[in-house]
Amino acid sequence: MAPEPRKKKTGAKVPRQKMPEQEPEDRARNFEEVPYGYTPELAITEACRCLECKESQCVEGCPVNIDIPGFIRLVQDGKFLEAAMKIKEQNALPAVCGRVCPQEEQCEKVCVLGVKHEPVAIGRLERFVADYERSSGAMTLPQLPPKTGKRVAVVGAGPAGLTVAGDLIRLGHDVTVFEALHEPGGVLMYGIPEFRLPKEIVQAEVDFLRQLGVEFVMDYVVGRNATVRELLEEDGYHAVFIGTGAGLPSFMGVPGENLIGVYSANEYLTRSNLMKAYLFPEFDTPPIRRWRVAVIGGGNVAMDSARMALRLGGDVTIVYRRAREQMPARGEEVHHAEEEGVKLLLLTAPVRVLSDENHRVRAMECIRMELGGPDSSGRRSPVPIEGSEFIMEVDTVVVAIGNKPNPLVPQTTPEIKVSKWGTIVAEEQTMQTSIPGVYAGGDIVSGAATVILAMGQAKIAARSIDHYLRTGRNPDPPPPKPERKPKRAAAKT
Amino acid sequence: MFKIVEKQEIAPNVHELVIEARATARKARPGQFVILMADEKSERVPYTLSGWDAEAGTVTLVVIEVGQSTRKLISMKQGDSVAHLVGPLGIPLEIETYGTVALAAGCYGIGAILCIARALKAAQNRVISVVEARSHYLHYYHNKLQAVSDELIQTTMDGSEGIKGHTVDVIGRKLRDGEKLDRVIAVGCAFMMMLTARTTQPHGVKTLVALNPIMVDGTGMCGACRVSVGENTKFACVDGPFFDAHQVDWDELFARKAAYAVEETHSLETTEPHARFRV
Repeated sequence: MAPEPRKKKTGAKVPRQKMPEQEPEDRARNFEEVPYGYTPELAITEACRCLECKESQCVEGCPVNIDIPGFIRLVQDGKFLEAAMKIKEQNALPAVCGRVCPQEEQCEKVCVLGVKHEPVAIGRLERFVADYERSSGAMTLPQLPPKTGKRVAVVGAGPAGLTVAGDLIRLGHDVTVFEALHEPGGVLMYGIPEFRLPKEIVQAEVDFLRQLGVEFVMDYVVGRNATVRELLEEDGYHAVFIGTGAGLPSFMGVPGENLIGVYSANEYLTRSNLMKAYLFPEFDTPPIRRWRVAVIGGGNVAMDSARMALRLGGDVTIVYRRAREQMPARGEEVHHAEEEGVKLLLLTAPVRVLSDENHRVRAMECIRMELGGPDSSGRRSPVPIEGSEFIMEVDTVVVAIGNKPNPLVPQTTPEIKVSKWGTIVAEEQTMQTSIPGVYAGGDIVSGAATVILAMGQAKIAARSIDHYLRTGRNPDPPPPKPERKPKRAAAKT
Repeated sequence: MFKIVEKQEIAPNVHELVIEARATARKARPGQFVILMADEKSERVPYTLSGWDAEAGTVTLVVIEVGQSTRKLISMKQGDSVAHLVGPLGIPLEIETYGTVALAAGCYGIGAILCIARALKAAQNRVISVVEARSHYLHYYHNKLQAVSDELIQTTMDGSEGIKGHTVDVIGRKLRDGEKLDRVIAVGCAFMMMLTARTTQPHGVKTLVALNPIMVDGTGMCGACRVSVGENTKFACVDGPFFDAHQVDWDELFARKAAYAVEETHSLETTEPHARFRV
């Protein structure tokens, strides 16, 4: 039954449509996804708010340049499958991005409707369209060009690696993705929890790539099982993409940090997400089921950890050294966490973790902070208030203050150029590293950023790799930005 | 999937598994380990390599059944396949010509030192292998170790074979007797490694231990395996497994290894509902 056509360009006359979601008190005790997503009716109503601007700012705001007005127009007409295809021209992982992209910082931020009113809910529409396609079972495979006979090795099956694989297979190259863990998906599998990104969605996106012909090799550590050099010289790959991510957790460097009960957010989340510890003892990995949990940090990973701890039955407090306005987490995540019962302890920093007689966490000593002048990142830096120390009784501390780049590939590829932070140096316009034929993207290049920025870099890398495979050299001179989008550049001049 | 091509119980509760893992076998070096999942619901558990055959594409592990994960693995038969095996992980042991090297090993470590002894001997070292078990029938790999050691000393707690006592008693006596050991390497349970460290420290003998804390991913991602070595926190999976025994914070290591004792018992109870273990 086709929904009846609606009045278009309703703009601000119709409010931004809310996404139905689980009640906070229910969802804080289960692991199911929080929002239910739009219904077809809600999606059409929301899509009809689009003003269909001539100069689509939203496309510019999208790191992978999805044809946003194009897919929204198809949603308006109820052509959901076509809309999904439209998105997939640019983005291999729409169901993922519709959920975890910070749209309020990107496409929706520049939506013209958002200047005076609320922007079009582009992310929710993307999510709806991708879910509609997946549940319809009508995923159509795009026509693939004839094989070029060139082989590309992709290191790491995270967002960057999956994007490169999806783009290159569609250009006719053979792609093998090597992953160290036992499941593909990278941070989408081990980091982002089920209630924010159901794992079956990640698996469906990976299966789609498999159907396109991408080969996945699990349990394979590039750097240990083969070096980058060996992939090129012995294993017959013509190019390599490194997307190994920011896999090395930072700790605070305070006393007591190695006590039992102090975890990196990576460990805390990996146990629950990848190893399915919340299903223990059906799954063998034990969860971390403690009662008074402090999560250190103010980013999305801190929010994920806190909300996971809540679902494991904990009484959870986020401890963050700056004020709420400086929290790097998405507003929506902070809002969801608070709604579910996570407490925020702002302008507070840990000083040390205190032990009981069994080397387990008993409490944490904290100090109050106040905001001083701006630091190098432009944010006002926190300054400790002398004598304001206090003790907080906790039995679990989750450290979510960031990750450093995974050192394994740089260590075993001595000729590759790395920055002083350990990130791989890649040319911004092509993502080529210091080794010809070797490209990199995502957190291994940018430090620790978002899924979509990793995907944006991956798309650039895929284009360069394609050029390299066809011509034997890196795109040179590097294509300036307008050249990638000739249509828009022409309109501006 | 990784096929178990050979499996035998080489001593009571001690099993030798030969598993097909071509990518691992072609790169394995002495002292490295693998992470193995028996099935899709298993934990990721590290096992030290006891040997490998690059040509046949197989690795050899010595596994002692102690908990749910090892039980699952040991319940599998020859011809079955384990779901996941990844490696070689960790930094290989540095093999140079040191002179006389004493290897101290117990439990699974006896299997683990086999390839270490072979490599050290090939590098013109005089290799003394000292292995311990509670009683004579728990010893294994006697002939294999003898073939790659200049001296093999077995100890038993009950005196039923070799020297009565522990590896550390043998190492201690040698040092007190003025025998020159240029290097000591200990692989086994944490307590044995700590005792070895304490014994060699006053004599100033460089001593390495292969640490085996709890791990999840084994590639540096989670930090579960962190150990304090000197002033620094190290990740055993990527910075180790070998560390200077005299710098290791042993109390912390013991505590961290027991972090999940309650859950581990609970997990075992799910397969043996009548058993009640004391922790």
